Amino acid sequence: MPKLIKNGAIVEDTSPEVLDLEQWLDCEERASRAVILEPGETLAPLLEHLNEIPLVMVNFPTFMDGRGFSYARELRDRGYTGEVRAVGHFIRDQLTYLGRCGFDAFQFDDESLLEPSLESLSDFSEYYQASINQPSPLFRRRA
Amino acid sequence: MYVYDEYDQKILDERVDQYRGQTERFLAGTLSEEEFLPLRLQNGLYVQRLAPMLRVAVPYGLMNSAQLRTVARLSRDYDKGYVHISTRQNIQFNWPELAEVPEMLAELAKVQMHAIQTSGNCIRNTTTDQFAGVARDELVDPRPYCEIIRQWSTLHPEFAFLPRKFKIAVCGTEEDRAAIHAHDIGIELVKNSEGDVGYRVIVGGGLGRTPVIGVEICAFLEKQHLLSYLEAILRVYNQHGRRDNKYKARIKILVKAMGIEAFRESVESEWVHLKDGPTTLTDAEIERAKSFFTEPAYAEFDNTPDAELSAKADADPIFGNWVKRNTVEHRVNGYRIVNISLKATGYAPGDITDDQLELLADLADRFSFGEIRSTHQQNLVLADVPSNELYTLWQILQKAGLATANIGYLTDMICCPGGDYCALANAKSIPVAEAIQARFDDMDYVYDLGPLELNISGCMNACGHHHIGHIGILGVDKKGEEFYQVCLGGSQAKDASIGKILGPSFRQEDMPDVMEKILGTYVDLRSEDEQFLDTYRRVGIAPFKEKVYA
Repeated sequence: MPKLIKNGAIVEDTSPEVLDLEQWLDCEERASRAVILEPGETLAPLLEHLNEIPLVMVNFPTFMDGRGFSYARELRDRGYTGEVRAVGHFIRDQLTYLGRCGFDAFQFDDESLLEPSLESLSDFSEYYQASINQPSPLFRRRA
Repeated sequence: MYVYDEYDQKILDERVDQYRGQTERFLAGTLSEEEFLPLRLQNGLYVQRLAPMLRVAVPYGLMNSAQLRTVARLSRDYDKGYVHISTRQNIQFNWPELAEVPEMLAELAKVQMHAIQTSGNCIRNTTTDQFAGVARDELVDPRPYCEIIRQWSTLHPEFAFLPRKFKIAVCGTEEDRAAIHAHDIGIELVKNSEGDVGYRVIVGGGLGRTPVIGVEICAFLEKQHLLSYLEAILRVYNQHGRRDNKYKARIKILVKAMGIEAFRESVESEWVHLKDGPTTLTDAEIERAKSFFTEPAYAEFDNTPDAELSAKADADPIFGNWVKRNTVEHRVNGYRIVNISLKATGYAPGDITDDQLELLADLADRFSFGEIRSTHQQNLVLADVPSNELYTLWQILQKAGLATANIGYLTDMICCPGGDYCALANAKSIPVAEAIQARFDDMDYVYDLGPLELNISGCMNACGHHHIGHIGILGVDKKGEEFYQVCLGGSQAKDASIGKILGPSFRQEDMPDVMEKILGTYVDLRSEDEQFLDTYRRVGIAPFKEKVYA
């Protein structure tokens, strides 16, 4: 079974069938299907179904395309609490940024990257901005 | 000046460690060239024509003497003993070794300096008026707001992989010295009728291949909303900016394509969800930021220093001339702002040696409360010099080759490093600058020409801001040969404008003659005290064209 990083640990993938945005919106059993987002899609139609989605995958066709960062941030800001998983070509050096935007799972195409990537999750222990894992910006927390 | 606390230092130290690890993985072959590229760029490291170039951030142009000394020492230990001041007020090392950069960054971190986001498709160093806090025409001191933006933009998780680079400038004065209309976002600090500070926000300006003057997106934004509003703009840009063509990826193209009304609507509908959230600034935070930019302990003078100064200036006309050209009135009586020109003939514009840096650190300590500023015109500033010390200061500067009295005149040109250093450049720019400086070595003639901005870029990327110079020169490549295109009538002031192309480009060796013809035309056509830009605006480009291509 394929593996991924979830909540900071390497686990086996148990995800349901994955549909693209259009398919997912049309699917009657969508509450048991994952949805995958591609860059350039609009989140709007998904926002009214946030409590029905078991898993959102965000695809990175290239790690230079930062649109996926905003997807996760928006989903979380609008109250989505399920899994948000990065798939495709992202790199371990992006994991702290991705995590702070609301990703809690990372699925690399190459599983040999999983183990060394765990290290990158703790590149930083302090941040200036408000983010999903630290909702209060530093200026509200400074002693 | 802002001083790091344990939080700032921790973030910076962790960034240094992270980059050290990235460099090690790259050198060990476990991080590919393609993947390392944006990581090193976001840490200011380019790989140039001859060697890597490391661009160190100077947040809104402010440094202290300890930082200058560290830069001087690093330039000696890791480089060739000189650095370059860039048009984003940053400092560039031209010859570091890639493997040694983490060590340099660790040394810089000890004096609260870094190279974070000085390159790459992310939010770059925020720039402002080099006379912030001391200018007579200042409405609001921009530095606390610049620092708030610096912290917010540093390692922002959502905006590190934007379609393209993103530049923010802030000004708080009547005269715009930060070129806010030529930035992705320009912020003008203003006061409403109740006297509350807020922001006039300009969006979609930029130079490069498609120069655009920014347009107003918000006439008055209340001060607590600064960061959430910036996030809304950045999010719209991150989602909708073009990523298929890097020459059409800047926010200016998106704003043009959508139209400012539709763009504003998108921003507002995004902002609805961000407004009043945790990113909303608190009064306490604004006060904290302000507390770092309080007045230094100015001495109280009666009118004697000014009287003494005029007496000295009369007695020594060379000194008097330097005072007139290179110093500016200060907000506080008995003080002057001193510009230090890095545009001496025979030296690359904006370059400064390790010895000069160390001397300036000493002079900053002795005469200007230990602080020094860099300018987007590639000069340095001692902002708080008592008038009665000017003569002593000038004598020392003169001996060090730092008293060229040309601030704001033809030979004080903005010039990118060009093809001598930069891998992007189509043409060399430094030799053109030097040839023009050498031709116009008669300072009486240069002064007679009046305030004149000559900006030179070695390629379309426009690091030398050629579009907004009164006279702009752009290096172009024609079948492998270097040519130079001239544009006239640009301005970076509040009445910002983009220069117009004069006509077909010229060979390098012809450039001094071309400049002579352009300036001769101006001298013939000007009415009494009319400045170059005003004459140009009155008569248009035709007379210049006729003369140059005759």
